[in-house]
Amino acid sequence: MNNDKISSEEKLRLLRRGVGVYLDYAATTPLDPRVKEAMEPYWEEEYGNPSSLHKKGRRAKEALDKARSTIAGILNCRAEEIIFTGGGTEALNLAVFGSTANVFAVDGVASLDSRSETSVNESEPGGSSGRRTKRDYTRRDLPLTQGGDLSNPPIKISIDSPLSSRINRASFFPTGHIIISKIEHHAVLRPIEALGKEGWEVTYLDVDEYGLINPEDVKKALRPDTVLVSVMYANNEIGTIEPIVEIAKVIRDSGNKAVFLTDACQAAGALDMDTQKLGVDLLAFNGSKIYGPKGIGCLYVKKGIKLRPLILGGGQERGLRSGTENIPAIIGLAKALELAQKERGTENKRLIDLRDFFINKALKCAPKIILNGHSTKRLPNNINISVLGVEGEALTLYLDNEGIYVSTGSACTSASLESSHVLLALGRSHEEAHGSLRFTLGRKTTKEDLEYVLEILPGVIEKLRKISAIKI
Amino acid sequence: MDEKKNENLEGDVTNQHTGESWYYSDIAKDHFFNPRNFLADDENEEDYDAMGMIGNIACGDVMKMWLKIEPKTERIKKLKWRTFGCGSAIATTSMFSVIVTENGGLTIAEALKITPQKVTERLGGLPNRKIHCAVLACRAFRKAANDYFCKTGQEKRIIKES
Repeated sequence: MNNDKISSEEKLRLLRRGVGVYLDYAATTPLDPRVKEAMEPYWEEEYGNPSSLHKKGRRAKEALDKARSTIAGILNCRAEEIIFTGGGTEALNLAVFGSTANVFAVDGVASLDSRSETSVNESEPGGSSGRRTKRDYTRRDLPLTQGGDLSNPPIKISIDSPLSSRINRASFFPTGHIIISKIEHHAVLRPIEALGKEGWEVTYLDVDEYGLINPEDVKKALRPDTVLVSVMYANNEIGTIEPIVEIAKVIRDSGNKAVFLTDACQAAGALDMDTQKLGVDLLAFNGSKIYGPKGIGCLYVKKGIKLRPLILGGGQERGLRSGTENIPAIIGLAKALELAQKERGTENKRLIDLRDFFINKALKCAPKIILNGHSTKRLPNNINISVLGVEGEALTLYLDNEGIYVSTGSACTSASLESSHVLLALGRSHEEAHGSLRFTLGRKTTKEDLEYVLEILPGVIEKLRKISAIKI
Repeated sequence: MDEKKNENLEGDVTNQHTGESWYYSDIAKDHFFNPRNFLADDENEEDYDAMGMIGNIACGDVMKMWLKIEPKTERIKKLKWRTFGCGSAIATTSMFSVIVTENGGLTIAEALKITPQKVTERLGGLPNRKIHCAVLACRAFRKAANDYFCKTGQEKRIIKES
C-alpha cells in the first residue's frame, strides 16, 4: 500500500467528510455575509430605540421604516401591513390566535368582528334562514386592535334567541370553523389543535399522493362560520408547492369572509411573494430560512383584517407586537429577503438542475427507494425519499458520521414518537414514513457535494438493511 | 457540562472524557456503527433453536432474536439478532447480545434477569426517550426464551407478558 499517493479524488472526499456536506437548508440556513454586513452598524453604533424621540431613536426609526418598505415592496403591499415578530412560529401563532379571537360566536356561526354584517348578508342572500336575523351577539371580552387601538370595550347585544345557553358558553370561548391542510407545519397545527380543544371545529383537508391540496376541496369545506383557512405556500418536508392563488380565488369567489393564511416560511427564498397576486390575507415568513438572522419573523396583515395581539406592552408594530423592535434582525430580514428574491431566478434554475440530478440518481442508487412529494411542483431545493426497510434516524446518524447532514421524518427523531404527519397524509405507510430522508440544498451546495452523497448513500443503506429485521 | 444532568435531557449524551456532545454515548455509538452478533444474510435461521420478535413498524422498532442453546445447561451459546429501528434500538440489541454471550454465555434463567437498566448502564446511558429500546430488547429476549420453552416442552416456564 502506498500511503503517499492519495488520489486527488480521495483528498477531496476526505476534505468533504471533514468539512461536512450540509444538506439541511430547510432546517435553517447560514447567515449570508452581505446580510451580516447590513446588520453590522445596528449592534454598537445605531443601537437606538425607534420609539425614542431623540436623534438616536429617529435614526433607528428611519432604518426600521426603510426595512419595512423594502419588504413591503417585495410583498407588493403597504408598509403598515408588515408586522415584525420574534420568528416564523410567532408570526403564525399571531395569525391563528389573533384572527380567531375577535369573532362573534353564535350557534357555531361566527364571522369576523368588523365584517359580521356583510358576512351574514353575503353568505346567505336575503337572510333566508330566518334564524340568522334573530340572535345574540356576544363578543369575547378581549382587546381587538388595529392601528394600535386597544381601547375597545367589550360589547354585548342581546336579542331573543332560543340558543341562549350556547351563547353564554360561546361568550367565554368564541368558536367557529377553521379549515387547514393536513400537512401544515406544527407552528400552525398546534395552535389550531389548541383552538379545537376550546370548541372550534376544524376541517383537515386531505392532500393527494403528492401533497397537493385541491382548491375544490377548500370550496366544499367552506361554511358560513368559517373564520380561518390555512394552507401553507410550500411544505417544509416534501417541498410541495400549493396552489395558493387558486385557493384564494375559490374563497373570494364563494363570498366567504374567512381569513386566508399562508405559511410562506419555506417559500420566501424561492417563490413569488407578491401578496396581491397570491390573494392572501395573512402571510408569514422568517429570517432563518432565507440566509437571514434567526429569531425574526414577519406577518403580512392585509388592511382591514383585525387581529388580537399575543403580546401586549408598549404598542409597537401597530399594537400587534409589543416590545422594542429587534432592529439588527429586522434589517437583516429585509436584506435577506431582498437578496433571495433578486437572485432567485438564477439560483432556482441551478438548484432545480441539482435537485433533479440528485433525485434521478438517488432513486436508482439502491432498490426500493421512493420519492415523496411532487416531481415538478416542489421547491427547487427539496428532495425527500423513503428508503424501505431501514429507519430514518439510523440513516441520518450513519450519514452524519460521513459528514453528511440531512434530516428525517421518522418518529424516532421527534419527541412525540409519531411518524411524520406529512408523509402519512400522502398515504405513505408507517414503514415508508420511518425510512424517509430529507435533503435540502442551498447556495453553497455543489454537484460534487451531491456526488459525494451518492457515493456514500448506497453503502449506508446496504449496511442498515443487512441488520434490519424487516426484509424488503 | 455535567454528564449526569445531560443524560436526563431529551437530546445529547455528553462524552465524559472529551466533553464532546453526541446523540449517544461512545459505547452506544460504537455498537450502533459496529453492531455485534447480528444475523448475517448468509446465515440460516433454521440453525437456531428459538426465535423471538417484538415491536411493530408503526412504532418504528422491530427486533428479532435467534438463540442457540446448549440443551443440558441451557447456556446461551449464540444470540443473533436483526433490528429495524433507530440508533439506540440497534445499539441496545447489539449490547444485549454481548451481555448474554460474554464469558461463556449466561443460562436462559440468568439472561431473563437482565433488566433494561442493566443494558442502558452498559451502554453508558441513553437519552431518556430512548430507554424504551432497552425495554424492547429484554422483551424480545423473553419472546425467544418462551419459544425455546415451548419447543422443549417446558410450557410451565413460559412467561406471560403483562
